[in-house]
Amino acid sequence: MKEIKIITKNLSLFYGDKQALKNISLEIQDKKVTAFIGPSGCGKSTFLRVLNRMNDLIDNVKIEGEVSVDGVNIYDKNIDVVNLRKNIGMVFQKSNLFPKTIYENIVYGPKINGIKDKKTLDEIVEKTCIQSAIWNEVKDRLNDNALSLSGGQQQRLCIARALAVEPEIILMDEPASALDPISTAKIEELIHDLKQRYTIVIVTHNMQQAARVSDMTAFFYIGELIEFDRTTKIFTNPSIKQTEDYITGRFG
Amino acid sequence: MLALRKKKRDFIGTSAIWLVRILFFSLVLALFLLLGKIVSQGIGTISFEFIFDDPKNNMTEGGIFPAIFGTIAVTLIMILLAVPLGVFSAIYLNEYAKDSIFSRIIRTSINNLAGVPSIVFGLFGLGFFILFIGRGMDDVLKTGLLFGQPALIWASATLAVLVLPIVIVSTLESLNSVPKSHRDASYGLGATKWQTIKNVVLPQARPGILTGTILAISRGAGETAPILFLGAAFFLPNLPVSDLCIGDYCIPMINPAKQFMYLAYHIFILATQSSNPTKTLPIQYGSTLVLIVLTFLLNITAIIFRYRFRKALGRL
Repeated sequence: MKEIKIITKNLSLFYGDKQALKNISLEIQDKKVTAFIGPSGCGKSTFLRVLNRMNDLIDNVKIEGEVSVDGVNIYDKNIDVVNLRKNIGMVFQKSNLFPKTIYENIVYGPKINGIKDKKTLDEIVEKTCIQSAIWNEVKDRLNDNALSLSGGQQQRLCIARALAVEPEIILMDEPASALDPISTAKIEELIHDLKQRYTIVIVTHNMQQAARVSDMTAFFYIGELIEFDRTTKIFTNPSIKQTEDYITGRFG
Repeated sequence: MLALRKKKRDFIGTSAIWLVRILFFSLVLALFLLLGKIVSQGIGTISFEFIFDDPKNNMTEGGIFPAIFGTIAVTLIMILLAVPLGVFSAIYLNEYAKDSIFSRIIRTSINNLAGVPSIVFGLFGLGFFILFIGRGMDDVLKTGLLFGQPALIWASATLAVLVLPIVIVSTLESLNSVPKSHRDASYGLGATKWQTIKNVVLPQARPGILTGTILAISRGAGETAPILFLGAAFFLPNLPVSDLCIGDYCIPMINPAKQFMYLAYHIFILATQSSNPTKTLPIQYGSTLVLIVLTFLLNITAIIFRYRFRKALGRL
């Protein structure tokens, strides 16, 4: 029943001499929302970036261990990183829309993948905007600068842009941390809808958010994976004391 | 209680502000005096004939058209050489080169290059472009003395080397100012490095690149020393133009193998080697005014382009 999408085995990551992730092994299920929680600097964002090899862009990063997506080791020498990132979309903490129109932002991914047909692109824009619940707000202003949207709208547009390359997995790095409660609620609702089709991994500081949106929760602390279980279990009956201390707010 | 009472004025602060003000206004005043002198003395000379005529009677009469044309031609070719080279070097340095001792030495050298006196560039141009490359080409291609002599192309090439640091540094700065988050977004969507540079980084860096180009134009058009030995002619009524013929159709094109007149050099000549200073003085002022207006116009064009690009980024 449970299909596993991503597996990491004994994954360690070093920034120069500093070890940022220690021996992390976990399995992320297909079409489920997996949340990573933990205090700042615990390595949850770093771990997220391991999954689509965004850490490759930083000098002096060394990775040991294994990460496989659909049974394929993504750190294998023969892996095309560019293709990998097409399959694993990413939404960042702060909206990072390009200073282009709304339309151009969404078609950026499809265009670099060689889609030129205007009609196809139009369809992609409409489809992804509907999927990311922003269509009604942008359909009349697709040629406006994307940066003229509000913060929450920008973040949903970022999600639409990520969906436009048709990924299977979406990584979200604190997607709602800079948003007001209403926009946050919209994003959470959206995550709920998206998990029908996509495997979602979300990093969040907000424990209520993790409890609300995720099926599985992983608790990280100083580069280690402390506990990984069903979200209901983590938040009601954690097996490890550190986890309990964290979710009850005794530290972090 | 809070110190609501008016304090004794901060004497140093106030005097510093006044000092800054006085210095600023004296600068503006100096600028106006300088420009005002040139404009008031030069404006009388400016006429249609002055701009579109050749110098006559040992430069005591007539116009300065060949010099204007030469300046524009040299600057144009300089930009065509310097901008691609500078922009691509900057892209390489900022995006591809790893931060090593070697790349740091190159960066420092580029900054130092900007401080080299321009006469040194002139000697370099003579030694490298004319004697080494030009004569070398003559030897290899058995053309006789064709490339190995002063010519417009070598002057442009030398000025291009001169303005290269300006182009590189301003491009580097503008590439650097493109937020990392935008690059991440592009990579996250499966773009390659070159796609990211082409579609995300360069469009945002374009205003900065144009700023560099503007500065390069002003610098290049105003230089005298580097082109002294590189083809700037004392007096040359023929424009450096030849007909480029394809079959029966001929278009006049700038001929980079010819010598040319140059405004800045022309002013220098008028000032130092005039046969009749009283008669050449107004021409000299007129030429100076034309040179200033010319660089100003070139700048304005570039500024308009930059403004367009900025607007396209900001509001669309």
